[in-house]
Amino acid sequence: MAGSLGKDLLGLADLSAAQIRLVLDTAVPFREISERQIKKVPTLRGMTIVNLFFEPSTRTRISFEFAEKRLSADTVNVAVAGSSVSKGETLVDTARNLEAMKIDMVVVRHPASGAARFLAERIESNVINAGDGTHEHPTQGLLDLLTLRDKFGDLAGKRICICGDVLHSRVARSNIWGLTKLGAEVGVCGPRSLLPNAIGEMGVTVFDRIEDAIQWADALNILRLQLERMQGGYIPSLREYNRVFGVTRARLEAAPRDLLILHPGPMNRGVEIDSDVADGPHSVILNQVTNGVAVRMAVLYLLAGGRPELAEAAKRGPA
Amino acid sequence: MPNNPETVLDARALDRTLRRMADQIVELNSGTDGLVLVGIQRRGVQLAERIVKIIAGAEGATIPCGALDITLYRDDLQTVGPRPVVGATHLPWTLDDQHVVIVDDVLYTGRTVRAALDELADFGRPARIALAVLIDRGGRELPIHADVVGRKVDVAPGKRVDVFIVELDGRDEVVIASRTSGE
Amino acid sequence: MARDLLLRGGRIVDPSQSLDAVGDVLIRDGIVEACGGSINAPDGAEVIDCAGHVVAPGMIDVHVHLREPGREDVETVATGAHSAAAGGFTAVCAMPNTRPVTDNQATVGFVKRQGEAAGFARVYPYGAISVSQKGETLAELGEMVGAGAVAFSDDGRPVESAHLMRTALEYARAFNVPIAEHCEDMSLARGGSMNEGLMSAKLGLKGIPAEAEEIYVIRDILLARRTGGHIHLCHLSTKGSVELVRWGKERGVNVTAEVCSHHISLTEQAVDGYNTNAKMNPPLRTQVDIDALQEGLADGTIDLLVTDHAPHHYDEKEREFADAPNGIVGLETALGINCTYLLHRGVLTMSQMVDAMSCKPARVFHLPGGSLARGSIADVSVFDPMRKWIVDASRFKSKGRNTPYGGHEFTGQARITIVGGRVVYRADS
Repeated sequence: MAGSLGKDLLGLADLSAAQIRLVLDTAVPFREISERQIKKVPTLRGMTIVNLFFEPSTRTRISFEFAEKRLSADTVNVAVAGSSVSKGETLVDTARNLEAMKIDMVVVRHPASGAARFLAERIESNVINAGDGTHEHPTQGLLDLLTLRDKFGDLAGKRICICGDVLHSRVARSNIWGLTKLGAEVGVCGPRSLLPNAIGEMGVTVFDRIEDAIQWADALNILRLQLERMQGGYIPSLREYNRVFGVTRARLEAAPRDLLILHPGPMNRGVEIDSDVADGPHSVILNQVTNGVAVRMAVLYLLAGGRPELAEAAKRGPA
Repeated sequence: MPNNPETVLDARALDRTLRRMADQIVELNSGTDGLVLVGIQRRGVQLAERIVKIIAGAEGATIPCGALDITLYRDDLQTVGPRPVVGATHLPWTLDDQHVVIVDDVLYTGRTVRAALDELADFGRPARIALAVLIDRGGRELPIHADVVGRKVDVAPGKRVDVFIVELDGRDEVVIASRTSGE
Repeated sequence: MARDLLLRGGRIVDPSQSLDAVGDVLIRDGIVEACGGSINAPDGAEVIDCAGHVVAPGMIDVHVHLREPGREDVETVATGAHSAAAGGFTAVCAMPNTRPVTDNQATVGFVKRQGEAAGFARVYPYGAISVSQKGETLAELGEMVGAGAVAFSDDGRPVESAHLMRTALEYARAFNVPIAEHCEDMSLARGGSMNEGLMSAKLGLKGIPAEAEEIYVIRDILLARRTGGHIHLCHLSTKGSVELVRWGKERGVNVTAEVCSHHISLTEQAVDGYNTNAKMNPPLRTQVDIDALQEGLADGTIDLLVTDHAPHHYDEKEREFADAPNGIVGLETALGINCTYLLHRGVLTMSQMVDAMSCKPARVFHLPGGSLARGSIADVSVFDPMRKWIVDASRFKSKGRNTPYGGHEFTGQARITIVGGRVVYRADS
């Protein structure tokens, strides 16, 4: 019997290594489904899943939608512009109203850290965190892990460097927790003004220069420079960022081995990553996208139904 | 109440049974043309592979063999509790117009075969689907019937049939045991 | 005319008289008639048996928010004063960040009269330093003193202009009242909702570094030094702040400081899980800071214990963490916290704790009370330092329920509170 993830997926900090491996192992057969001609299994038939997005997002929402539909669930997309405070209806009321329409799961993305947990503590539906503020983006972390595992096999001892605006990045945090739990060595590289002040206590190696990171790493996970999150100039300019920290082909050529290149997207080409790197032979960025659907299917499968109390009742026999 | 497991087939008997089943499958199909075997995860897969080897030896033809995991098509996912592990499905060619033989170790309620039929329908439209099982233990809950049966056994509901095969369990044996003796 | 009161057999702890002994206290006409030793009860006097209890000069909390005028849905002067009495306090100083802001003599007078009408703990109003607390123009400090203001603050906000703070310190000298500062450098702190550190990095919340407070602490100490004015530093929360106050006092600067009960008992761990009931400004920090603050209390660097009682409505706190307002209630948990974390752990002696909650607040803010010497006003706190109880926010007299201490067990509870010779609170058993 497989293990379980509990009621919600809020972050990788809350999962054990065993649970993370469970999701990755479960994602593999789900990848195969997306290669069939009929890309659908009836597993979540009859379930209603709401994609509750308080922040605009195309790729994550679409990825979840594919995952939900390929499992035969019914999908409803709710896009809310602005936070609950400005819009008048609180986060809790929005979710409770949806719940009153008898839904099963909520996939939520919200600009406030902790919003997914806030919701999960107040509604009975399963809650999947699709990104809350700068806290975590667990399905992104999981698909990054799967992509790395596909190429490296065992992640123990592998050196993965996360490059860019770690301070504002939920993807970075999820990756740090997930990689650390699977035994990888984690590095971060970026201007110190874009790293959390306490980064030294997070169990990672800090590189001030991208050249040093490239010498050290087996793979680079390059973060989007969060233009919309930067309030008040943490760096002088994008031009300077690319000149000093950008991952360019010239810099990669100095690497002692072939580095795997990951990026959560969307990319600022010419800022944190140059096009010839993004489109180059060591880029697995498109694999990440494919794995994203499979990982999300696995998460939905593992969270859905699985109500042990029903299993107990079933064991007791027919009424 | 004695708990002794009762051996239904030992290693030699298992091999003999599989050989007879292989013959019957070829006979049912009037040959090996268009014949494909699909084993149900998990032990059905290994049994199908063995039957393919037997047929290759007897007929000189290696027929295609695939694996089918039916977990995602189960009708009891809502009540089963912790999620069952999903195994690999591998059907690398078209099933259209083929004569498919589903291979499984034990036929009981018939729900596994029902799930397999639904899943196969999403892969194509075979000309015919037949069912070959090593053990038919009765107790059907759906109108499902096997075309090729290794051994028919009457098993009380309080008991279960355990199929052990060398590839997964280190030995070949089919045993009837009571439900309480370990899971 | 209230009956005479005889408090019999309690342990009288009065640092103003260097007194710590079992004895009686006789109260007549709202004044302490006699204190100490064995006293015969006059005819008609009510005798209250205080055996096993501490009898102390009434405790004074110089930092509370009573929300009236403007947010009577969340607290009023009356409910706040009742909450204070239930916590053992005989007087509170009410901060002026009300709506409208208490920046004029009319509003100061209003708050004072509401306190008198309520008849629980005394309420001394603060006035704002600047008009509407905007930090631009000095408010009419003199007029407000005349109407009853005892101190001035723009609390809730810092006074960002050093020039304005300097002016306020100079101008206030005429009235001999403290200028109290909420120390926070907004350019460092803006957008932050908890202490900056490992926890804020993990939770993905913007942090407020300790330096945001310390920069204003040293600024104001230097301005007090220059002007000779009296700067009182509100709710200090960091080790660095304690060190800077020590530096200032060593050089004879007229600086006093207060610390909140929550800052000497809880760390930022209380925020884990995005608990908005542990969100306040300045935020909860680390054990290193708690140790330094406790040491500061013990050596007198920090003068007073306060609560920064800040009630909020349930709906306001029931929000995403970054959007929730800052503040927790504190009047009814303060004594329990201080006994449990300071007294019983040997950080402060009983005299030191009473001094920080009663005598020194009166002295620093030039308020009546803070003593049980003959002739003092009869404001008395009677409490049982050994009594165990569990915090149940639903039973608070305050309208606010926003506390992180729900379900906590404390040892030490207020039992009888007397203001002007009248019992204004008596605990049910």
